[in-house]
Amino acid sequence: MSNILVYALHNEGAFNKNSLGAISEASRLAGELGGEAHAVVVGQGIADDLAATLGKYGATKVIKAEAPEGLAAPVIDVFGKLFEGGGYEYAVFGGGLLGFEIGAGLAARVDAGVTMEVTAVNVEGGKLVAERPILGDSSISTSRYKGKGIIIARLNAFELKESGSDAPVENVDADLSAQAQQATIVTRGEQRGADVDIEGASILIAGGRGLGKAEGFELCDDLAKAFGGNAAVAATRAVVDAGWYPYAAQIGQTGKTVAPKLYLAAGISGAIQHKVGMQASENIVAINKDANAPIFEFSDLGIVGDLNKILPKLTEAVKARKG
Amino acid sequence: MKIAVLVKEVPDAAVQKRIDPNSGRLDRSGEKNLNPYDTHAIEAAMQIKEGGAVPVEEIVAVTMGPDSAVRALHKAVSLGADRSVHLSDEALAGSDVAATGYALAQVLKRENPDLVLLGQQSDDGECYTIGAVVAEHLGQPSLTQVIKLDIAGTELTCERQAEYGYDTVKVSLPAVISVGDAINEPRYPSLKAIMGAKKKPLENISAADAGVDAGKVGAEGSNVKCGDFKAPAAKSAGTIIEDEDTDDTVAKIVAWLDERKLLA
Repeated sequence: MSNILVYALHNEGAFNKNSLGAISEASRLAGELGGEAHAVVVGQGIADDLAATLGKYGATKVIKAEAPEGLAAPVIDVFGKLFEGGGYEYAVFGGGLLGFEIGAGLAARVDAGVTMEVTAVNVEGGKLVAERPILGDSSISTSRYKGKGIIIARLNAFELKESGSDAPVENVDADLSAQAQQATIVTRGEQRGADVDIEGASILIAGGRGLGKAEGFELCDDLAKAFGGNAAVAATRAVVDAGWYPYAAQIGQTGKTVAPKLYLAAGISGAIQHKVGMQASENIVAINKDANAPIFEFSDLGIVGDLNKILPKLTEAVKARKG
Repeated sequence: MKIAVLVKEVPDAAVQKRIDPNSGRLDRSGEKNLNPYDTHAIEAAMQIKEGGAVPVEEIVAVTMGPDSAVRALHKAVSLGADRSVHLSDEALAGSDVAATGYALAQVLKRENPDLVLLGQQSDDGECYTIGAVVAEHLGQPSLTQVIKLDIAGTELTCERQAEYGYDTVKVSLPAVISVGDAINEPRYPSLKAIMGAKKKPLENISAADAGVDAGKVGAEGSNVKCGDFKAPAAKSAGTIIEDEDTDDTVAKIVAWLDERKLLA
């Protein structure tokens, strides 16, 4: 009963980075429990040899089911059946919206405990114990499970480690439930706006609602240009949803996770959903007129002031400094 | 059709941090409020009702919580719900997210709505999960982070934000949909609606009334036991500059960047 199931989210020929991190972590934990980590792939037309590569991150077996990708219900169906079959006590998800949705639904399906936003997992007395930051990350709570446990990681919580080699792939029937058949994906992963490589940038100038309007992003664009080279502009979910900036530049729970050398947050309050996407940045500078904005609690340098006054002058100073 | 909206009373984050200028102390008045994300769910229900694509006979607000949660229901009703149901019972105290979802699902089974709407997350931390738990207990499909919702007959066309961009998903009713705050701009309740909210039907029900198995809720019935609270690893406090002279502020920022070789 000490094997762990891990979900591997897939899109266009590649597995999700956070899923690979979850497999690495589950492999370590399974080792301590005296069991194995088995990866589960639910998708359409995913080749066995691609699925087998999940073994490189520690999965000793890959269980693959042919079903629509991007929806929670088919994945819950597959995991539910695997739990019913016995041999599993825990499931681990690498976070992200789909991870939350699947993990929560699965907990209800198999009568398990569920913990979301998990940042660390330990083994105590032959059981998994999960740690989760609460109250705006001011405290850490520990979750212990009475029986089965579902762990949904915070984005970027688990480090991706390559350790093994290709794993055997077992194909199973998805055997979709009635509710899974009530939802159909029409389009998946549609990009809106230009493509911006924010994950590769070493300097990110990120704009939030405090910019006031879409045109406010010009201040961020100008500063990124002044830094030159490997600088790019990023955005919060609120402004992307408002149509001020393309989704490809979105940071956070529902966007990308970044760790640049410098993250300059302009007019961003620092809600937890944003924080998870950028907290690993090496140097965090925040400009916000609200002295109580949560972002100041995790900034290395915080400027309380009007970004409309500060950003243009900072751009000029950076330009002058860079020659 | 009948729409149920799940609502929750949460601590009002904005008010919590306010210092009363007279007393110099933290202002705790009105520190509980209707979860802001739920106001978008009520608005979505109202727009379906007013949109006329399908006839909506009734919008019912449902909550689970202590006596004070009635205020969240009054707010929901002032924003347009026709009536409300308050599930309140000592036996429910300490329920984890899965047990809470189970209990709410029992109330919904009694109401039997065609569509359940809720905010995608609560301000006090149960991220993105309750809708999926409720849906599973009801045997219905669930979608979260929905930012556009169109209805035609018994079919919903939903747009939602997901890991790789925007998805469009068709869902046939009955279903449980968690909405994001980008879906709409909630209306302000009129004074008349606020005054009239307390007169609209409010049903108080116990766990037994809702058919909740007491063994599956509360701290004892929950599958997760939380505890051992500890402080996170300390992060040294950052430097804060109040911008009084912008030229001086900018010089300080540049010096700070320079020190860290970020202008090289």
